[in-house]
Amino acid sequence: MLMISTGNKAIAAAVRQAAPSVVAAYPITPQTEIIEQIAAYVAAGEVETEYIPVESEHSAMAACIGASATGVRTFTATSSHGLLYMHEMLHWAAGARLPIVMANVNRAVGPGWNTWAEHTDAFSQRDTGWLQVFVGTVQEAYDATLMAFRIAEDERVLLPVMVNLDGFTLSHIMQSLETVDLGDFIPPNRLPYAIDVENPMGYGPMTGPDDYFRFRWDIERSMRDAHEVIRETEEEFARRFGRKYGPAEEYRCEDAEVVVVSMGTLGKEAEVAVDILRKEGIKAGSMRLRWFRPFPDIDLRGREVVVIDRDYSFGFGGVVAASLKAKTGTECYNVIAGLGGQEVTYDDIAEFVRTRRIGEEMWFGVSE
Amino acid sequence: MSEIPKEEYLTTCTAACAGCSSSLSLRYVLKAAGPDTVLVVPACCTSVIQGMYPNTSFNVPVYNIAFAAAAACASGMSKAFRSAGKKTNVIVYAGDGGTVDIGIQALSGAFERGTDFLYICYDNEAYGNTGMQRSGATPLGAVTTTTPAGKTETKKDLDRIVAAHNPPYMATACSAYPLDLYKKVKKALSIEGPKFIHILAPCPPGWRYNSDKTIEVGKLAVKTGSWVLYEREYGKLTVSGPSRTALKKPHPIEEYIRAQGRFKKATPEIIAELQQSIEKNLARIKKEEEGIC
Ligand SMILES: Cc1ncc(C[n+]2csc(CCOP(=O)(O)OP(=O)(O)O)c2C)c(N)n1
Ligand code: SF4
Repeated sequence: MLMISTGNKAIAAAVRQAAPSVVAAYPITPQTEIIEQIAAYVAAGEVETEYIPVESEHSAMAACIGASATGVRTFTATSSHGLLYMHEMLHWAAGARLPIVMANVNRAVGPGWNTWAEHTDAFSQRDTGWLQVFVGTVQEAYDATLMAFRIAEDERVLLPVMVNLDGFTLSHIMQSLETVDLGDFIPPNRLPYAIDVENPMGYGPMTGPDDYFRFRWDIERSMRDAHEVIRETEEEFARRFGRKYGPAEEYRCEDAEVVVVSMGTLGKEAEVAVDILRKEGIKAGSMRLRWFRPFPDIDLRGREVVVIDRDYSFGFGGVVAASLKAKTGTECYNVIAGLGGQEVTYDDIAEFVRTRRIGEEMWFGVSE
Repeated sequence: MSEIPKEEYLTTCTAACAGCSSSLSLRYVLKAAGPDTVLVVPACCTSVIQGMYPNTSFNVPVYNIAFAAAAACASGMSKAFRSAGKKTNVIVYAGDGGTVDIGIQALSGAFERGTDFLYICYDNEAYGNTGMQRSGATPLGAVTTTTPAGKTETKKDLDRIVAAHNPPYMATACSAYPLDLYKKVKKALSIEGPKFIHILAPCPPGWRYNSDKTIEVGKLAVKTGSWVLYEREYGKLTVSGPSRTALKKPHPIEEYIRAQGRFKKATPEIIAELQQSIEKNLARIKKEEEGIC
């Protein structure tokens, strides 16, 4: 069905179709619309989901953990401070190997209070063991959420998945959305070690160094296997529903001499910038990273690279630029831009490329 | 005691201290709850008592969860079981620290939402797991590792906080009266909605008495009226059998205090204050039972 939707409502629509047994959530701007919409679906009897309006985000994730451990599908959504307040439980969900799906509407972290887009909230959960995907359009928010359930619940993965979308610039804008007839795309959730009173086991007890270490290795092994599961899932999605995704979305990259690397909605702006630059004779391309964990294998050899980071690791550098350098050895021009919702247009991005100084870092609009 | 089943859900290989009454209580809780039960356990002595992976000393599933999160975790679990059409008992078994301090928000939320579960707080009046630091439930005057001169504040009144949520059933119990505890767990689990049982659980290393005195110390708590056993069903309070005598005439607090090393720094003023608060509490409970409040 073709309709007009916000990013938030697109996620709620995907959740309705995936029909988790339990949704536990706590409101925070700009995520609230997602959970209000799900609550409305539940109230109208449009989905068989138990909706738990918990008293905090820590409790939201704890409730999802308790529910998920029994083997049912679970979902929650949050943003910024809510995500940070969940931090302890995020480690718990991944350590307990629970395929919880969560939408995180990327938002800056206070103080000062700021409700606009920034990726620092998600990146500060980098080492929790969650898979993280970043979307660039309303359609992709919907598609990625559907795929997230399937990827998380795959026996080779069994790790939670966070679907990230930019606050307001995606959560609240209207774009066209084509929903799919899901069919059996998401098989029933089967947790191999779900709580079973017929076969009582201890979950998460004290664990000595050897077992604990092996469990961490198991998480990493699943993260590595997740590359393949993601690829298969995205391919099957393309086959069934006609929309193609990959670890990164490449735009005019084949012959590009300079590539803009970014995440989220800025990646879509970058595509417009690329068209402008091409008209000027600059062979530019855009690579929008979709997956942050597991970090995609990308090849940037032989190109100049401009990385736009909508985040910062203080005392160190932009997180995406640093990750790229660590993974591929790529030197780049690192532009820090868009923090706290700072407006970054395609013209600005084109200018970053024109004036690039490889090996340097620039804070857009403030450092010069 | 003949009505208590012989089945054991807590095996003999636990890692509890000798004379641990919170394990004793758990043994009776599980006998009353039976095999269709899941325990949700936050960080506390119980997380140690269950043993080390890959072993478990319990015969029911035990879900370990972070310190602040037990009631919320149980909320999700209970909803999930109910949505799958299962009646499985979801029981939180949490210490006083995980209940009156860090976990109180989650507890309050779960009770307010009407979660169908039983929350049991076994109260050893300190943080046992981390080596006996004070908790909000530590009584006035008690020495702990963080109150080496004796606690200067009074014990947080958890029961009145829980009562303010108007759960259909709540009760107090003590490990020294296992049949009373057994019956209360049975009754609690027969009622739908959020239920709460607060068990006073004497702890030899924490309270500084010999491990063979656990039952005796528990009985002294009840006889002196320091701990009153009662049930509150749909708001109506009924004092339980073992506390009837204390309600009429409690033994002096000194009998209870002298049996333990943790009160050795309590001054006569503190003892008098403890005695006064017992009298006040007993008077309040008496009135409430008579319906005058
Ligand atoms: C967030 C957090 N802070 C601190 C701890 C350390 N910790 C584990 S158990 C515990 C005390 C538990 O005390 P209580 O709830 O009274 O149970 P008991 O150990 O006495 O059985 C503490 C402080 C923790 N696990 N998590
Ligand atoms: S410290 Fe106290 S409560 Fe904890 S196991 Fe030992 S006796 Fe039991």
